[in-house]
Amino acid sequence: MKIKFSLNGKMVQEEIAPDLLLLDLLRQKGCYSVKRGCETANCGLCTVLMNKKPVLSCSVLAARADGQQIVTLEGMQEEAKEFGGFLADEGGEQCGFCNPGFIMNVFAMMEELQDPTEEEILEYLSGNLCRCSGFMSQTRSILKYLEYKKEQNKEA
Amino acid sequence: MLKIKEYVKAESLEEAYKLNQKKSSCVLGGMIWLKMGNRNVGTAIDLSGLGLDEIEETKEEFRIGCMVSLHSLEIHKGLEQYTNGAMRESLRHIVGVQFRNCATVGGSIYGRYGFSDVLTMFLAMDSYVELYKGGVLSMEEFAARKRDRDILVRIIIKKKTNQTVYLSQRNTKTDFPVITCAIGMEEKQMRLVVGARPGRAMVIHKQFEKEEERRELLVNPEEFAKKSAEEIPVGGNMRASAEYRSHLIYVLVKRAILALGGNTDEN
Repeated sequence: MKIKFSLNGKMVQEEIAPDLLLLDLLRQKGCYSVKRGCETANCGLCTVLMNKKPVLSCSVLAARADGQQIVTLEGMQEEAKEFGGFLADEGGEQCGFCNPGFIMNVFAMMEELQDPTEEEILEYLSGNLCRCSGFMSQTRSILKYLEYKKEQNKEA
Repeated sequence: MLKIKEYVKAESLEEAYKLNQKKSSCVLGGMIWLKMGNRNVGTAIDLSGLGLDEIEETKEEFRIGCMVSLHSLEIHKGLEQYTNGAMRESLRHIVGVQFRNCATVGGSIYGRYGFSDVLTMFLAMDSYVELYKGGVLSMEEFAARKRDRDILVRIIIKKKTNQTVYLSQRNTKTDFPVITCAIGMEEKQMRLVVGARPGRAMVIHKQFEKEEERRELLVNPEEFAKKSAEEIPVGGNMRASAEYRSHLIYVLVKRAILALGGNTDEN
Protein backbone atom coordinates (compact mmCIF):
# COMPACT_ATOMS: atom_id res chain seq x y z
CA MET A 1 0.00 0.00 0.00
CA LYS A 2 1.04 3.58 -0.66
CA ILE A 3 1.33 6.25 2.02
CA LYS A 4 2.28 9.91 1.90
CA PHE A 5 3.33 11.85 4.96
CA SER A 6 5.49 14.71 6.14
CA LEU A 7 8.78 13.56 7.67
CA ASN A 8 10.74 16.33 9.37
CA GLY A 9 9.08 18.90 7.15
CA LYS A 10 9.55 17.07 3.84
CA MET A 11 6.81 15.16 2.02
CA VAL A 12 7.61 11.48 1.65
CA GLN A 13 5.82 8.85 -0.40
CA GLU A 14 6.38 5.16 0.37
CA GLU A 15 5.14 1.75 -0.68
CA ILE A 16 4.76 -0.22 2.57
CA ALA A 17 3.60 -3.58 3.88
CA PRO A 18 0.36 -3.35 5.95
CA ASP A 19 2.10 -4.54 9.11
CA LEU A 20 5.20 -2.37 8.86
CA LEU A 21 5.74 -0.44 12.08
CA LEU A 22 6.45 3.28 11.98
CA LEU A 23 9.72 2.63 13.83
CA ASP A 24 11.02 0.42 11.01
CA LEU A 25 9.88 2.80 8.30
CA LEU A 26 11.62 5.73 9.98
CA ARG A 27 14.87 3.79 10.30
CA GLN A 28 14.58 2.77 6.63
CA LYS A 29 14.35 6.49 5.87
CA GLY A 30 17.61 7.08 7.72
CA CYS A 31 16.21 8.34 11.04
CA TYR A 32 18.56 6.29 13.21
CA SER A 33 17.79 8.33 16.34
CA VAL A 34 14.58 6.26 16.54
CA LYS A 35 15.59 3.09 18.31
CA ARG A 36 14.01 -0.23 19.21
CA GLY A 37 14.36 -0.66 22.96
CA CYS A 38 11.92 -2.74 24.96
CA GLU A 39 9.38 -3.29 22.18
CA THR A 40 6.74 -3.61 24.87
CA ALA A 41 5.71 0.05 24.73
CA ASN A 42 7.36 0.81 28.06
CA CYS A 43 10.77 2.43 27.58
CA GLY A 44 10.04 5.52 25.45
CA LEU A 45 13.14 5.04 23.34
CA CYS A 46 11.21 5.07 20.06
CA THR A 47 9.33 8.33 20.82
CA VAL A 48 8.56 10.52 17.82
CA LEU A 49 6.07 13.35 17.36
CA MET A 50 2.93 12.68 15.34
CA ASN A 51 1.10 15.94 14.71
CA LYS A 52 3.11 17.43 17.61
CA LYS A 53 2.04 14.69 20.05
CA PRO A 54 4.56 12.16 21.36
CA VAL A 55 3.81 8.56 20.34
CA LEU A 56 5.65 5.26 20.54
CA SER A 57 6.71 4.44 16.99
CA CYS A 58 7.20 0.77 17.99
CA SER A 59 3.44 0.52 18.48
CA VAL A 60 2.12 2.60 15.59
CA LEU A 61 1.54 1.11 12.16
CA ALA A 62 3.35 3.00 9.40
CA ALA A 63 -0.01 2.99 7.59
CA ARG A 64 -1.35 5.31 10.28
CA ALA A 65 1.26 7.92 9.38
CA ASP A 66 -0.54 8.48 6.07
CA GLY A 67 -1.43 12.16 5.79
CA GLN A 68 0.21 13.00 9.14
CA GLN A 69 3.23 15.04 10.22
CA ILE A 70 6.03 13.02 11.77
CA VAL A 71 9.01 14.63 13.46
CA THR A 72 12.05 12.75 14.75
CA LEU A 73 15.17 14.06 16.48
CA GLU A 74 16.74 14.47 13.02
CA GLY A 75 14.18 17.19 12.39
CA MET A 76 14.99 19.07 15.60
CA GLN A 77 18.77 19.26 15.40
CA GLU A 78 19.09 22.89 16.50
CA GLU A 79 16.78 22.48 19.51
CA ALA A 80 18.40 19.14 20.41
CA LYS A 81 21.86 20.67 20.30
CA GLU A 82 20.75 23.48 22.61
CA PHE A 83 19.06 21.19 25.15
CA GLY A 84 21.82 18.58 24.77
CA GLY A 85 24.27 21.15 26.15
CA PHE A 86 22.23 21.46 29.35
CA LEU A 87 21.94 17.67 29.58
CA ALA A 88 25.71 17.25 29.24
CA ASP A 89 26.46 20.04 31.74
CA GLU A 90 24.48 18.17 34.38
CA GLY A 91 25.98 14.78 33.51
CA GLY A 92 22.58 13.61 32.31
CA GLU A 93 23.64 12.25 28.92
CA GLN A 94 25.35 9.14 30.39
CA CYS A 95 25.46 6.24 27.88
CA GLY A 96 23.25 8.19 25.51
CA PHE A 97 20.99 5.31 24.48
CA CYS A 98 17.77 6.77 25.91
CA ASN A 99 18.60 10.37 24.96
CA PRO A 100 16.76 10.69 21.60
CA GLY A 101 13.39 9.44 22.93
CA PHE A 102 13.87 11.40 26.13
CA ILE A 103 14.69 14.66 24.31
CA MET A 104 11.69 14.26 21.98
CA ASN A 105 9.41 13.87 24.97
CA VAL A 106 10.93 16.94 26.66
CA PHE A 107 10.03 18.96 23.55
CA ALA A 108 6.52 17.47 23.56
CA MET A 109 6.17 18.43 27.23
CA MET A 110 7.24 22.00 26.49
CA GLU A 111 4.56 22.15 23.81
CA GLU A 112 1.85 20.82 26.15
CA LEU A 113 2.63 22.23 29.59
CA GLN A 114 3.13 25.86 30.45
CA ASP A 115 5.78 26.39 33.12
CA PRO A 116 5.68 22.81 34.52
CA THR A 117 6.61 22.08 38.14
CA GLU A 118 9.24 19.47 38.97
CA GLU A 119 6.46 17.04 39.87
CA GLU A 120 4.73 17.62 36.53
CA ILE A 121 8.02 17.11 34.68
CA LEU A 122 8.63 13.79 36.42
CA GLU A 123 5.10 12.65 35.68
CA TYR A 124 5.27 13.66 32.02
CA LEU A 125 8.58 11.86 31.53
CA SER A 126 7.71 8.72 33.49
CA GLY A 127 7.45 6.80 30.22
CA ASN A 128 11.12 7.40 29.39
CA LEU A 129 13.34 4.93 31.15
CA CYS A 130 17.02 5.58 31.83
CA ARG A 131 19.02 2.79 33.39
CA CYS A 132 22.24 4.79 33.92
CA SER A 133 20.96 7.53 36.15
CA GLY A 134 18.38 8.11 38.84
CA PHE A 135 16.75 10.83 36.69
CA MET A 136 18.25 13.50 38.98
CA SER A 137 20.67 14.91 36.42
CA GLN A 138 18.04 14.91 33.66
CA THR A 139 15.55 16.71 35.91
CA ARG A 140 18.16 19.34 36.83
CA SER A 141 18.98 19.86 33.16
CA ILE A 142 15.30 20.33 32.23
CA LEU A 143 14.71 22.82 35.04
CA LYS A 144 17.77 24.84 33.99
CA TYR A 145 16.81 24.66 30.31
CA LEU A 146 13.25 25.84 31.05
CA GLU A 147 14.66 28.73 33.08
CA TYR A 148 17.03 29.62 30.21
CA LYS A 149 14.16 29.56 27.68
CA LYS A 150 12.04 31.73 29.97
CA GLU A 151 14.81 34.32 30.20
CA GLN A 152 15.33 34.13 26.44
CA ASN A 153 11.62 34.78 25.83
CA LYS A 154 11.66 37.72 28.25
CA GLU A 155 14.49 39.34 26.34
CA ALA A 156 12.84 38.79 22.95
CA MET B 1 4.68 -11.16 16.34
CA LEU B 2 1.72 -9.39 14.80
CA LYS B 3 1.20 -10.05 11.09
CA ILE B 4 -1.34 -8.16 9.02
CA LYS B 5 -2.33 -9.21 5.51
CA GLU B 6 -4.50 -6.24 4.61
CA TYR B 7 -5.08 -2.82 6.15
CA VAL B 8 -8.35 -0.97 5.55
CA LYS B 9 -9.11 2.53 6.73
CA ALA B 10 -12.88 2.21 7.04
CA GLU B 11 -14.99 4.83 5.34
CA SER B 12 -18.13 3.99 7.30
CA LEU B 13 -19.16 1.99 10.34
CA GLU B 14 -21.15 -0.29 8.05
CA GLU B 15 -18.01 -1.09 6.08
CA ALA B 16 -16.07 -1.71 9.30
CA TYR B 17 -18.83 -3.94 10.65
CA LYS B 18 -19.02 -6.01 7.47
CA LEU B 19 -15.27 -6.47 7.33
CA ASN B 20 -15.19 -7.43 11.00
CA GLN B 21 -17.55 -10.40 10.55
CA LYS B 22 -14.65 -12.55 9.39
CA LYS B 23 -12.87 -14.30 12.24
CA SER B 24 -9.47 -13.30 10.89
CA SER B 25 -10.40 -9.59 10.91
CA CYS B 26 -9.56 -7.25 13.73
CA VAL B 27 -10.55 -3.70 14.61
CA LEU B 28 -7.50 -1.64 15.55
CA GLY B 29 -7.59 0.51 18.66
CA GLY B 30 -4.28 1.89 19.85
CA MET B 31 -2.75 -1.48 18.90
CA ILE B 32 -0.55 -1.57 21.98
CA TRP B 33 -1.90 -4.78 23.47
CA LEU B 34 -2.63 -6.34 20.09
CA LYS B 35 0.99 -5.90 19.07
CA MET B 36 2.22 -7.81 22.11
CA GLY B 37 0.71 -11.09 20.97
CA ASN B 38 1.38 -13.54 18.18
CA ARG B 39 -1.44 -13.07 15.78
CA ASN B 40 -2.11 -13.34 12.08
CA VAL B 41 -4.68 -10.72 11.17
CA GLY B 42 -6.39 -11.04 7.79
CA THR B 43 -7.89 -7.57 7.64
CA ALA B 44 -6.91 -4.84 10.10
CA ILE B 45 -9.75 -2.33 10.30
CA ASP B 46 -8.79 1.22 11.17
CA LEU B 47 -11.59 3.48 12.46
CA SER B 48 -9.39 6.57 12.69
CA GLY B 49 -10.99 8.22 9.65
CA LEU B 50 -14.52 8.24 11.09
CA GLY B 51 -14.29 11.24 13.39
CA LEU B 52 -14.59 9.09 16.50
CA ASP B 53 -11.75 10.84 18.32
CA GLU B 54 -13.89 13.55 19.91
CA ILE B 55 -15.30 14.07 23.40
CA GLU B 56 -18.65 15.87 23.36
CA GLU B 57 -20.11 17.29 26.52
CA THR B 58 -23.75 18.25 26.97
CA LYS B 59 -25.73 19.15 30.09
CA GLU B 60 -26.76 15.51 30.56
CA GLU B 61 -23.81 13.47 29.36
CA PHE B 62 -20.34 12.99 27.92
CA ARG B 63 -20.12 11.20 24.56
CA ILE B 64 -16.66 9.76 24.01
CA GLY B 65 -15.70 8.37 20.61
CA CYS B 66 -13.97 5.00 20.65
CA MET B 67 -10.79 6.43 19.09
CA VAL B 68 -10.26 9.04 21.82
CA SER B 69 -6.81 8.48 23.28
CA LEU B 70 -6.34 7.85 26.99
CA HIS B 71 -4.28 11.03 27.22
CA SER B 72 -7.13 13.08 25.73
CA LEU B 73 -9.45 11.66 28.40
CA GLU B 74 -6.86 12.46 31.05
CA ILE B 75 -6.54 16.14 30.13
CA HIS B 76 -10.20 16.84 29.31
CA LYS B 77 -11.24 19.69 31.59
CA GLY B 78 -14.93 18.73 31.68
CA LEU B 79 -14.19 15.14 32.72
CA GLU B 80 -11.66 16.27 35.28
CA GLN B 81 -14.19 18.60 36.86
CA TYR B 82 -17.05 16.12 36.70
CA THR B 83 -15.05 13.32 38.32
CA ASN B 84 -13.22 15.54 40.85
CA GLY B 85 -9.94 14.49 39.24
CA ALA B 86 -10.69 10.76 39.46
CA MET B 87 -10.58 10.28 35.68
CA ARG B 88 -7.11 11.80 35.52
CA GLU B 89 -5.99 9.76 38.52
CA SER B 90 -7.15 6.53 36.88
CA LEU B 91 -5.06 7.25 33.77
CA ARG B 92 -1.93 9.12 34.76
CA HIS B 93 -0.15 6.03 36.14
CA ILE B 94 -0.51 4.06 32.90
CA VAL B 95 3.05 3.81 31.54
CA GLY B 96 3.79 7.23 29.99
CA VAL B 97 2.26 10.05 27.98
CA GLN B 98 3.43 8.54 24.67
CA PHE B 99 1.71 5.25 25.54
CA ARG B 100 -1.49 7.07 26.51
CA ASN B 101 -1.42 9.04 23.25
CA CYS B 102 -1.47 5.73 21.38
CA ALA B 103 -3.92 3.69 23.51
CA THR B 104 -7.59 4.35 22.82
CA VAL B 105 -10.56 4.24 25.16
CA GLY B 106 -12.39 1.95 22.73
CA GLY B 107 -9.54 -0.55 22.73
CA SER B 108 -9.25 -0.47 26.52
CA ILE B 109 -12.95 -0.98 27.15
CA TYR B 110 -13.54 -3.47 24.34
CA GLY B 111 -10.71 -5.64 25.62
CA ARG B 112 -12.29 -5.87 29.11
CA TYR B 113 -8.84 -6.60 30.49
CA GLY B 114 -8.51 -7.71 34.08
CA PHE B 115 -5.74 -5.19 34.76
CA SER B 116 -7.69 -2.28 33.29
CA ASP B 117 -7.68 0.99 35.23
CA VAL B 118 -9.97 2.38 32.52
CA LEU B 119 -12.70 -0.25 32.90
CA THR B 120 -12.62 0.14 36.70
CA MET B 121 -13.11 3.91 36.39
CA PHE B 122 -15.95 3.72 33.86
CA LEU B 123 -17.80 1.04 35.83
CA ALA B 124 -17.96 3.38 38.82
CA MET B 125 -19.93 5.92 36.80
CA ASP B 126 -23.34 5.67 35.17
CA SER B 127 -21.77 4.75 31.85
CA TYR B 128 -22.86 2.93 28.70
CA VAL B 129 -21.34 1.61 25.52
CA GLU B 130 -22.85 2.21 22.12
CA LEU B 131 -22.40 -0.73 19.78
CA TYR B 132 -22.99 -0.33 16.06
CA LYS B 133 -25.54 -3.16 15.83
CA GLY B 134 -26.16 -3.94 19.48
CA GLY B 135 -27.28 -0.45 20.46
CA VAL B 136 -26.68 1.14 23.85
CA LEU B 137 -26.10 -1.08 26.88
CA SER B 138 -24.78 -0.46 30.36
CA MET B 139 -21.04 -0.73 30.93
CA GLU B 140 -21.70 -3.39 33.56
CA GLU B 141 -23.64 -5.55 31.12
CA PHE B 142 -21.00 -5.04 28.44
CA ALA B 143 -18.17 -5.92 30.82
CA ALA B 144 -19.86 -9.21 31.69
CA ARG B 145 -20.41 -10.17 28.05
CA LYS B 146 -18.16 -12.31 25.92
CA ARG B 147 -16.44 -10.62 22.98
CA ASP B 148 -18.40 -10.63 19.75
CA ARG B 149 -17.87 -9.07 16.33
CA ASP B 150 -19.83 -5.85 16.84
CA ILE B 151 -18.13 -2.43 16.72
CA LEU B 152 -17.83 -0.32 19.87
CA VAL B 153 -18.65 3.16 18.56
CA ARG B 154 -18.63 5.34 21.64
CA ILE B 155 -18.93 5.45 25.40
CA ILE B 156 -21.56 7.54 27.12
CA ILE B 157 -21.33 8.85 30.67
CA LYS B 158 -24.61 10.08 32.12
CA LYS B 159 -24.04 12.93 34.55
CA LYS B 160 -25.77 11.20 37.43
CA THR B 161 -22.89 10.36 39.70
CA ASN B 162 -22.38 13.02 42.35
CA GLN B 163 -18.90 12.06 43.43
CA THR B 164 -16.20 9.71 42.19
CA VAL B 165 -12.93 8.65 43.63
CA TYR B 166 -10.23 6.42 42.12
CA LEU B 167 -7.33 4.69 43.82
CA SER B 168 -4.87 2.04 42.74
CA GLN B 169 -1.85 0.26 44.10
CA ARG B 170 1.19 -0.58 41.98
CA ASN B 171 4.38 -2.37 42.97
CA THR B 172 6.31 0.23 41.04
CA LYS B 173 5.47 3.32 39.02
CA THR B 174 4.09 2.75 35.49
CA ASP B 175 3.56 -0.97 36.15
CA PHE B 176 0.22 -2.81 35.92
CA PRO B 177 -1.89 -2.25 39.03
CA VAL B 178 -2.03 -4.84 41.78
CA ILE B 179 -5.52 -3.63 42.73
CA THR B 180 -7.74 -0.89 41.34
CA CYS B 181 -10.60 0.63 43.28
CA ALA B 182 -13.19 3.22 42.27
CA ILE B 183 -16.34 4.47 43.92
CA GLY B 184 -19.18 6.36 42.30
CA MET B 185 -21.68 7.89 44.68
CA GLU B 186 -25.21 8.85 43.71
CA GLU B 187 -28.00 10.10 45.94
CA LYS B 188 -29.44 6.71 46.79
CA GLN B 189 -26.79 4.28 45.71
CA MET B 190 -23.08 3.70 45.57
CA ARG B 191 -21.03 1.67 43.11
CA LEU B 192 -17.85 0.13 44.42
CA VAL B 193 -15.64 -1.28 41.67
CA VAL B 194 -12.58 -3.40 42.31
CA GLY B 195 -10.33 -4.49 39.45
CA ALA B 196 -6.96 -6.16 38.83
CA ARG B 197 -8.08 -8.83 41.33
CA PRO B 198 -6.32 -9.95 39.00
CA GLY B 199 -9.58 -10.84 37.24
CA ARG B 200 -11.89 -8.42 35.45
CA ALA B 201 -13.26 -5.52 37.50
CA MET B 202 -16.45 -6.27 39.42
CA VAL B 203 -19.13 -3.94 40.71
CA ILE B 204 -20.76 -4.01 44.14
CA HIS B 205 -23.94 -1.96 44.42
CA LYS B 206 -24.95 -0.53 47.75
CA GLN B 207 -28.38 1.04 48.09
CA PHE B 208 -29.24 3.66 50.71
CA GLU B 209 -32.80 3.65 51.97
CA LYS B 210 -32.21 6.74 54.05
CA GLU B 211 -29.78 9.63 53.77
CA GLU B 212 -28.54 8.84 57.30
CA GLU B 213 -27.27 5.45 56.08
CA ARG B 214 -25.15 7.16 53.43
CA ARG B 215 -23.81 9.71 55.90
CA GLU B 216 -22.99 7.01 58.42
CA LEU B 217 -20.99 5.05 55.83
CA LEU B 218 -18.96 8.13 54.92
CA VAL B 219 -17.94 8.59 58.54
CA ASN B 220 -17.55 4.92 59.49
CA PRO B 221 -16.37 2.95 56.46
CA GLU B 222 -14.50 0.32 58.51
CA GLU B 223 -17.15 -2.39 58.51
CA PHE B 224 -18.03 -2.00 54.83
CA ALA B 225 -14.34 -2.06 53.87
CA LYS B 226 -13.78 -5.21 55.92
CA LYS B 227 -16.80 -6.92 54.38
CA SER B 228 -15.65 -5.95 50.87
CA ALA B 229 -12.20 -7.41 51.52
CA GLU B 230 -13.75 -10.66 52.76
CA GLU B 231 -16.30 -11.03 49.99
CA ILE B 232 -14.58 -9.81 46.81
CA PRO B 233 -12.91 -12.80 45.15
CA VAL B 234 -9.19 -12.33 44.50
CA GLY B 235 -6.34 -14.45 43.21
CA GLY B 236 -2.58 -14.48 43.39
CA ASN B 237 -0.11 -14.03 40.55
CA MET B 238 3.49 -12.89 40.02
CA ARG B 239 2.60 -9.34 41.17
CA ALA B 240 0.81 -10.08 44.42
CA SER B 241 -0.71 -12.83 46.53
CA ALA B 242 -4.44 -13.16 47.10
CA GLU B 243 -3.95 -12.25 50.79
CA TYR B 244 -2.14 -9.05 49.89
CA ARG B 245 -4.87 -8.11 47.41
CA SER B 246 -7.60 -8.66 50.03
CA HIS B 247 -5.69 -6.48 52.45
CA LEU B 248 -5.34 -3.78 49.79
CA ILE B 249 -9.08 -3.90 49.10
CA TYR B 250 -9.72 -3.19 52.77
CA VAL B 251 -7.30 -0.25 52.79
CA LEU B 252 -8.31 1.29 49.47
CA VAL B 253 -12.07 0.95 50.02
CA LYS B 254 -11.73 2.60 53.41
CA ARG B 255 -9.58 5.43 52.01
CA ALA B 256 -11.90 5.94 49.06
CA ILE B 257 -14.98 6.27 51.25
CA LEU B 258 -13.19 8.66 53.59
CA ALA B 259 -12.18 10.71 50.55
CA LEU B 260 -15.82 10.85 49.46
CA GLY B 261 -16.74 12.09 52.91
CA GLY B 262 -14.36 14.95 52.39
CA ASN B 263 -11.91 13.92 55.08
CA THR B 264 -9.03 13.54 52.66
CA ASP B 265 -8.48 14.09 48.96
CA GLU B 266 -7.08 10.82 47.72
CA ASN B 267 -7.37 11.57 43.99
